[in-house]
Amino acid sequence: MTKRRIVGLEGSFAIAEAVRMANVDVISAYPITPQTHIVERLAEMIADGELDAEFICVESEHSAMSACVGASAAGARVFTCSASQGLELMHEVLYIPSSMRLPIVAVAANRALSAPLSVWCDHSDVMAIRDIGWIQIFAENNQQAFDLTVCAYRIAEDKEVLFPAMVHMDGFYLSHVTEGVMLPDEEEVAQFIPDYEYPFVLDPDNPVSMGCYGPPFIYPEAKKAQEVDFEKTKPKIQEVWNEFGDTFGRSYSPVEEYQMEDASIALLTMGSSGETAMLAADEMRAEGREVGLVRLRLWRPFPFKEFREAVKDVELLVVLDRALSFGMGGPVCSEVKSALYEKRKELNIVGFIGGLGGRDIPIDGFKYMVNRAVERVKAAEWGEEMGPEMIGVRE
Amino acid sequence: MGKEKIGWKELEIGCVVTEPGSAASYKTGEWRSERPVRDNTKCIKCGICYIYCPDACIREDEEGYFEADLYYCKGCGVCAHECPRGVITMVEEEEEAKEEKEK
Repeated sequence: MTKRRIVGLEGSFAIAEAVRMANVDVISAYPITPQTHIVERLAEMIADGELDAEFICVESEHSAMSACVGASAAGARVFTCSASQGLELMHEVLYIPSSMRLPIVAVAANRALSAPLSVWCDHSDVMAIRDIGWIQIFAENNQQAFDLTVCAYRIAEDKEVLFPAMVHMDGFYLSHVTEGVMLPDEEEVAQFIPDYEYPFVLDPDNPVSMGCYGPPFIYPEAKKAQEVDFEKTKPKIQEVWNEFGDTFGRSYSPVEEYQMEDASIALLTMGSSGETAMLAADEMRAEGREVGLVRLRLWRPFPFKEFREAVKDVELLVVLDRALSFGMGGPVCSEVKSALYEKRKELNIVGFIGGLGGRDIPIDGFKYMVNRAVERVKAAEWGEEMGPEMIGVRE
Repeated sequence: MGKEKIGWKELEIGCVVTEPGSAASYKTGEWRSERPVRDNTKCIKCGICYIYCPDACIREDEEGYFEADLYYCKGCGVCAHECPRGVITMVEEEEEAKEEKEK
């Protein structure tokens, strides 16, 4: 008999519950808005004896990730979390566990980058770390934040994966908003993520060297092995999500579709704005328009096959970017364009940049994007250049 | 060195090195553009070159003279700079090779 229950939890506390049920050994993190509640709650759990883990207090995010690297190399199950400037300060060390293949799990409460100083949500911090070799997964609501963090341990620690994984949760939209979250029985979670044995650990009796010097005669081979293995994680990620679905009743996919059956126009989102976009799609459907929604659940490794399959029948793809690559446009838009280059040259893709620094995108914002995209495709036929467009910005 | 021919499939996960002390097989001597050449007639066997060598590649021979192990010597020239008797001259690798050829 399992004891599942629905509890009102803000996203940060949902993450902390997932980490507690994962029975981690070591946590090292430095507080930063909007991630702070995760660390505070975990520190409280340890102090109250609800979680038997070491909390390593550090003076910065750079040290937090360094402590996690050491603990993971010693065979510990590890957790950390950060956001924005903190994630950027961690940046240099983020490459180490992905290259050394240490299955650290982290959460980012996505937040804009300075200046001007903003503690509110966008995906600038996500995009700054998209090339680090971590598995990157997007949650859309607090239930997903919980589920995907539990799954992240199972994925990262799988013998055929052994890569660090980061769950992305939109700052404030999820981290500080209370929703009903179905918490599973602790025993069920313990069975779902059993103890793991890393093939190599720091052990004086069986010495190995980790993170060695890689001269030109070996560096490219090291990177080739890393890339091949990283690509191979995709089927394993889906397998874990399917198994999670079988056990807990909620399954996930690298690319998730909504109202896509006969859609000729598709919106594309990542993170919490997907829920608003669903409402927009519903309203447009009620108006008789064939609009659907595609959400990228898995950002790295990029799910090329699933993405191409999801948009194969649409004529117009409308991409929302909550980040701006200066001088280039929206990073998600440029990546989906490149993902389709070989297969679907006839598909129109129009990108919009919105929701920067916590600016809300209401349902009408998504409707505007669809209408504007249709206009822009027509204008492009007359020769107008289709550069990136920022929405909801005052003149 | 056979290890230089290792393919990407043969690497351990995360490039872990399972053989302790394997750094000793890395031939840092390949970095060298100049090599130390000694005139032992001037040498007073003081050992300053041995003390200063940042790579610890200088060894004392049976007669008490000092010689750099060229497998490791990176050719930095610290020994030549520190030698109080001017025993050591740094000679360009190519010139050295040319001279050896002419002999």
